[in-house]
Amino acid sequence: MGNYLELFIKAVFVENLALSFFLGMCTFLAVSKRIQTAFGLGAAVIAVQLITVPTNTLLYHYVLEEGALGWAGFPDVDLSFLGLVTYIGVIAAMVQILEMVLDRYFPPLFHALGIYLPLITVNCAILGGTLFSVQRDYTMTESVVYGIGSGFGWALALVGLAGIREKLKYSDVPAGLQGLGITFIIVGLMSLGFMAFAGIQL
Amino acid sequence: MSSVAKRALLEPVVDNNPVTLHVLGICSALAVTTSLLPSLYMCVALTVVAACANAAVSAIRHVLPSSIRIIVQMTIIASLVIVVDESLKAFAFETSRELSVFVGLIITNCIVLGRTESFASKNPVGLSFLDGVGNGLGYSVILILVASTRELLGAGTLLGYTILPSVADGGWYSPNGMMLLPPSAFFVIGLIIWAVRSWKVEQVEKPEFQIHEVHRKEAL
Repeated sequence: MGNYLELFIKAVFVENLALSFFLGMCTFLAVSKRIQTAFGLGAAVIAVQLITVPTNTLLYHYVLEEGALGWAGFPDVDLSFLGLVTYIGVIAAMVQILEMVLDRYFPPLFHALGIYLPLITVNCAILGGTLFSVQRDYTMTESVVYGIGSGFGWALALVGLAGIREKLKYSDVPAGLQGLGITFIIVGLMSLGFMAFAGIQL
Repeated sequence: MSSVAKRALLEPVVDNNPVTLHVLGICSALAVTTSLLPSLYMCVALTVVAACANAAVSAIRHVLPSSIRIIVQMTIIASLVIVVDESLKAFAFETSRELSVFVGLIITNCIVLGRTESFASKNPVGLSFLDGVGNGLGYSVILILVASTRELLGAGTLLGYTILPSVADGGWYSPNGMMLLPPSAFFVIGLIIWAVRSWKVEQVEKPEFQIHEVHRKEAL
């Protein structure tokens, strides 16, 4: 149990996908203007991360990895070069399925998420989560924990930045820094803050 | 070279830069900018993918039904990235280790999909290819600037050669360790945007909320 908790804390704070790996930056900067939309997108990312990371990790271990097709009678086949196409296909399909399920069973949530759901397909945080999970050889349970943790960390950073930017509207920023420039510097400061968790040992 | 082609090639470098103006494609890139060499590989990889994806999408633009165009574009881009990734592993294994997952993340780089979607699906093959190269260059300029600043100030070297001899080796420069950590990439790019916008004033964003001029003077 302890090492799952450690993995979770690490995925949320120390190895935050947005603040220490710069993943999902485009959406991160574009959607962080209002707290409410930030919440919606954050929730969607956690949900998609929870589904796609374990799915892709399983696919890699049982289909794509060198020798993984042994159960089907092809012990010499190595399909790992097909990884990238497979992952992006799985992500696109999962997002589509999630969209349909939400539309059918949870219409209010579906309407709240609106345009952000399809956009998640091209969010690098999602693909990044999968690639890291595969690269680090996580087991099934670990990949579930990592999926939730990394999604949660991304959402936390997004909502935090949205809160700061809502206040920032009232401050007097130099003309050239207005908008994008000052946002980058704030994200840098947030990233410094998150790094303070780096020494935590559980 | 005709003026249209020249514009497609050169405009994205400063005037219409994908990174500083449109906030596209910084996602996967900044993590590799701790030193210059991997960044150079990353620039080449992205420029190749952007140019070829643009040309390929442009070539099939008349036969591609618009309802499935996104998935087709994603597949083209993903295949190109696999080619680039495998070639890097074959010819520059050490660097491909350093770049780890970030070459794969070119797939979700918004510059590539953004250009195929907004430019290549409406323009002829040659022009789309140049546009891809141009946007790749615009991205490379920013990446190289950030990477050289970080490597120079963080380690005192460029491409591994010592420029500022560090105190540990008997020189005078004491390296700024923070430059090698993620936050500094954000600071450096924020400052680059500030510099570009002080030079090209028309890129400055309008403030969303303006304190009334009179009140502001009173407050000051």
